[in-house]
Amino acid sequence: MARYLLRRFAQMAGVFLVFLTLLFALLHAMPGDITNKLIGDPSIPPEARMQLRRELGLDLPLWQQYVRYITNFFRGNLGMSFSRAPNSVASILGDAIPRTVFLIASATVLSFWLGFKTGKIVAWRRNTRAEHALVTAGVFFQTIFYPWFAIVVLWLFGFILGWFPLGRFITSSLWNATPFTPREMFTWMILSAVAALAVYAAATMVIRRITRRPTTRATAQRVAGGAVVAVLVAAWWASPARVYAADIVHHTILPVITLAIVNYAAVMLLTRSSMLETMKEDYILTARAKGLDEKTIRDRHAARNALLPVTTSMVLALATVVGGAIVTETIFSWPGVGLLILDGITMNDTPLVMGGLAIIGVLALIGHLVADVLYAVLDPRIRLA
Amino acid sequence: MLTEPTRPTEAERAPAVVVSQPYWRVRLSLAWRGLRRTWALFRQNSVGMIGLGIILLFLLGAIAHPILMATVWDPAVYHPVHGYDAVVIEKEVVEEVTDELTQIEVNEARLRTDPFVQVGDTLRMPQQPAPPSLRGEHPHLLGTDPQGRDILSQLLYSIRAAFILGALAAVMSVVVATTVGSVAAYFGGRTDSVLMRFSDLILLLPILPVLIVIGAYFQMNMPILAVTIGLFEGFGATAIVLKSQALQVSVKPFIDAARVAGGGHAHIIFRHLVPNVMPLSLLYMMFGVAGAIALESVLSFLGLLDIEMSWGVMLNVAQRQGYLLSGTRYWWLLFPAGLAVTFLAFAFFLVGRGMDEVINPRLRSR
Repeated sequence: MARYLLRRFAQMAGVFLVFLTLLFALLHAMPGDITNKLIGDPSIPPEARMQLRRELGLDLPLWQQYVRYITNFFRGNLGMSFSRAPNSVASILGDAIPRTVFLIASATVLSFWLGFKTGKIVAWRRNTRAEHALVTAGVFFQTIFYPWFAIVVLWLFGFILGWFPLGRFITSSLWNATPFTPREMFTWMILSAVAALAVYAAATMVIRRITRRPTTRATAQRVAGGAVVAVLVAAWWASPARVYAADIVHHTILPVITLAIVNYAAVMLLTRSSMLETMKEDYILTARAKGLDEKTIRDRHAARNALLPVTTSMVLALATVVGGAIVTETIFSWPGVGLLILDGITMNDTPLVMGGLAIIGVLALIGHLVADVLYAVLDPRIRLA
Repeated sequence: MLTEPTRPTEAERAPAVVVSQPYWRVRLSLAWRGLRRTWALFRQNSVGMIGLGIILLFLLGAIAHPILMATVWDPAVYHPVHGYDAVVIEKEVVEEVTDELTQIEVNEARLRTDPFVQVGDTLRMPQQPAPPSLRGEHPHLLGTDPQGRDILSQLLYSIRAAFILGALAAVMSVVVATTVGSVAAYFGGRTDSVLMRFSDLILLLPILPVLIVIGAYFQMNMPILAVTIGLFEGFGATAIVLKSQALQVSVKPFIDAARVAGGGHAHIIFRHLVPNVMPLSLLYMMFGVAGAIALESVLSFLGLLDIEMSWGVMLNVAQRQGYLLSGTRYWWLLFPAGLAVTFLAFAFFLVGRGMDEVINPRLRSR
């Protein structure tokens, strides 16, 4: 498993280098160089322009510029933003990255979990009216025009029903008199959630050591999960930052659910077809012949094996999820990397756009790596190799 | 010295199959028979047929547009890009505005800020976007957009562009993917690993953000976009899937037979390998059409393409003019375009699923 992961990691690094090269080529293919954008005034003497070109290293041979670009990227130097002048691109993106990661990660986890759970049930109840309805709805949501769908969701739940705010990340008026920034707050929230997950994982391991009976395990895990969630919520409820945390959560729910619904449809359909293939295998017949009950056959024999193709397809779908996240950010004014890219485009802020795109590339690659690790853990052929 | 093999006499020769027709006609009739068999299978598939029906409806709309423009619709009013029609409405001024902050609707705000208007006056003013109506000199079945252009005309006009874009992108991607997949599977070894690593790379690229940035800095019109999408899809996921299919075909005996018979690489790949990968290619073409249309609409919606009119552009206009959250109040600005994209992609997806069941017998329910 370690060798497999190491090889994948090396591959990813190579891919990322190619990606950066592509960005560099894109920068150079742009009409005019960056000095045209910095000083648009034609009355500025050409000597000054030459001076600027020298300072920016634009007079160097192309390969030296390329080496500079790559090394600067890995040093975390993404240049200065034009539109938010004194700030560096890296610091602007630093604020936005956790939000985008959170959006993508939570929507993916949510859709994967729910999609797999319903997908296997749908496959098990083939040719019922519920199955037809769910499949049709699934196909519809998979092909729905996503920006339009997000607009309708925002209009319905934000504007008409008023359950959720109309986009953005915080209610700014609320945060005027607070000692903490939204960034700190959000970091703490994510850290606490990760800690809770870790505790739950540890509890799961302990439970697996203690008992081997599936039903006892399931109950114990449910109890542990409930307890962890209860402690997490109670801790935030008791803390003085309660209002602010609630504000952020209130703003997060709608974008995450919107992005999750579309992915959910895809995962559900995939799980269904994967299950239909698995259900024809001989070992399912064997399990039936052994007299196991339907639920055990479904969950422990069929679904476990149907999970692998679904995971593979999720890897393929990751690029789509990243694209979906960008559209979500624009519709919900969610201040993440995608919104920064589009803002940068309208403000003609090339460094911000290119930096943002590079970060999106990094995020996509990390997502693939995570999916690879997951796959390696799930697939015994790799896990035990 | 080898003796010349004796030629069989006329009597010894086996009764050969006499082909009285030219080869192209044999091929054509074989292809026709195959097509009819596939069609018979496809027809049983209700999902695929529904998709096909929706596509045909869209096609009818695409054909109807130029006919309507030539006969019923006055181009000055109904042209999807340059047309203009002002629906004049009359409004009576009821009361003076005291609270400036509560003004929401643009037209009413304009009316209220007119300094010469007094309570009790009747004002005539153009209303844009106009709601759907059948009355008047120029009826607008789906209303007009904020610039006074007929929505129905835009909707129908955009179908053609969507079909052309989808078809171009899908054909491009399938040609590339089939070639790459077959070549990789046939030659194997280093060719295979180089091509597949390249596919992995393309697969990892988040296509939408990359296209957003490219669209922002370079002029992208419909054909360029179609080719770009086609190349992206063709070298990416589709190539990987088709390669695994081609791999299954390339180990079949008839490939060896073709090689023994002296067939060259190109001949074997394009005459024996590709035709057997083709059904799956066509399937991915359907999904490709749906994907390309959705991508174009997203990019147009974000206003990044050099395209005059498409469903995405229609939504972009609504968004730029501030009707994004108008919901059902200005439904004709949001729903026709959004639903058109959804349903066309939906239809192609359904046809793809239907074809999937024809090609892949294990998926058939009966």
